[in-house]
Amino acid sequence: MINKKVDTISEALNGVRNDMTFMFGGFGLSGIPENAIAQLVKLNVKGLTCISNNAGVDDFGLGLLLQQKQIKKMISSYVGENDEFERQMLSGELDVELIPQGTLAERCRAAQAGFPAIFTPAGYGTEVAEGKEVREFDGKMYVLEHAFKADFAFIKAWKGDAAGNLIFKGTARNFNPNMCGAAKVTVVEVEELVPVGSLDPNQIHIPGIFVQRIFQGTNYEKRIEQRTVRPKPEV
Amino acid sequence: MLDKNGIAKRIAKEVKDGYYVNLGIGIPTLVANFVRDDIEVEFQSENGVLGMGPFPFEGEEDADIINAGKQTITTLPGASFFDSATSFAMIRGQHVDLTILGAMEVSEQGDIANWKIPGKMVKGMGGAMDLVASAENIIVAMMHTNRAGASKLLKSCSLPLTGVGCVKTIVTNMAVLEVTPKGFQLLERAPGVSVEAIQAATEGTLIVEGDIPEMQL
Repeated sequence: MINKKVDTISEALNGVRNDMTFMFGGFGLSGIPENAIAQLVKLNVKGLTCISNNAGVDDFGLGLLLQQKQIKKMISSYVGENDEFERQMLSGELDVELIPQGTLAERCRAAQAGFPAIFTPAGYGTEVAEGKEVREFDGKMYVLEHAFKADFAFIKAWKGDAAGNLIFKGTARNFNPNMCGAAKVTVVEVEELVPVGSLDPNQIHIPGIFVQRIFQGTNYEKRIEQRTVRPKPEV
Repeated sequence: MLDKNGIAKRIAKEVKDGYYVNLGIGIPTLVANFVRDDIEVEFQSENGVLGMGPFPFEGEEDADIINAGKQTITTLPGASFFDSATSFAMIRGQHVDLTILGAMEVSEQGDIANWKIPGKMVKGMGGAMDLVASAENIIVAMMHTNRAGASKLLKSCSLPLTGVGCVKTIVTNMAVLEVTPKGFQLLERAPGVSVEAIQAATEGTLIVEGDIPEMQL
């Protein structure tokens, strides 16, 4: 067993610098690497390029990095839940690249899987395709999209072991598995770090080979953005 | 004239047994409430779930189980979770049978705009561009006119496009229309709405052939 376990958050994020490019797992606030984000706030590294489907909300998730003006550029598919984000974007302080959600996922997966680029039909004929190579396959038009290049991927998993094997829970899975191994260093925080051998190899979502560092996360808030419920029937 | 639930009810009739369906945010979400319960349908949400169920009971909501609108949901027996690349493989690979989404504008060529109002609203396209670029069967659910009363069925879209030549069917509060090479073919009228009223609310070319039946809801 190759040991990926680190004991402290500072060890986990060792090597992060100003002006780096980071990937963050998560959809909305579900499955975001809360511990890594908190540590990046503490380290106060600046000039960051962040690849993340969303930009958090004003006071949580990547919104915390935006508050401290640590982010230079966001690459996202949907950013509608953050007023500070909108303010920084409209004032020109923040550079924003909006790309289709499936393209975002596949540019991560391409980086993980060793493809330099992929062709997708998404965005053909729209401003997303401006300046990009397009090609026809079987009568349909596709846009060339390049694999991401990132320094760190910050991942949140449900369970993991010291070998770096991961299992995700529910829709907190989202982009997390696609970003593992898609950056130079993949750092995973887990809700439960379990003993090696206790995870069933048949049930592993991401094998440890894609992971460089794993640590036991703490104090998960797991905020809900839209709490929608129905009343419990009377018994 | 239909309300939002009426539009959803009419669209629900297009949902067939054995369909995997992706529902967008807004009116499309309401469609799930009107699907016949004697057929088997699975709803996909692009953040990574197939087999979505209703909202959870109070106190049972789980931050790790949400839909693409970030709402807490439940899953039904037979449901599955998956990563984002797999989710869009279902969409891009045309494994999803029907996509229902909202729009700000639709053109008579089947172009759709629903993600950006320059200088006003910049939220992003989310999964909409992937959905419209790949789905074979797209129904647009929207009001026939915008809040200012201007037509949303146009000769060509004025807003930044989400996709080109992709919309086949449109269901509005006034009508059911099909995009054809000649323009918007009027198929059905909403109860109590005249062809003249639909014509007046449609900026793009409207094709009216023979008697136009009222929608059966």
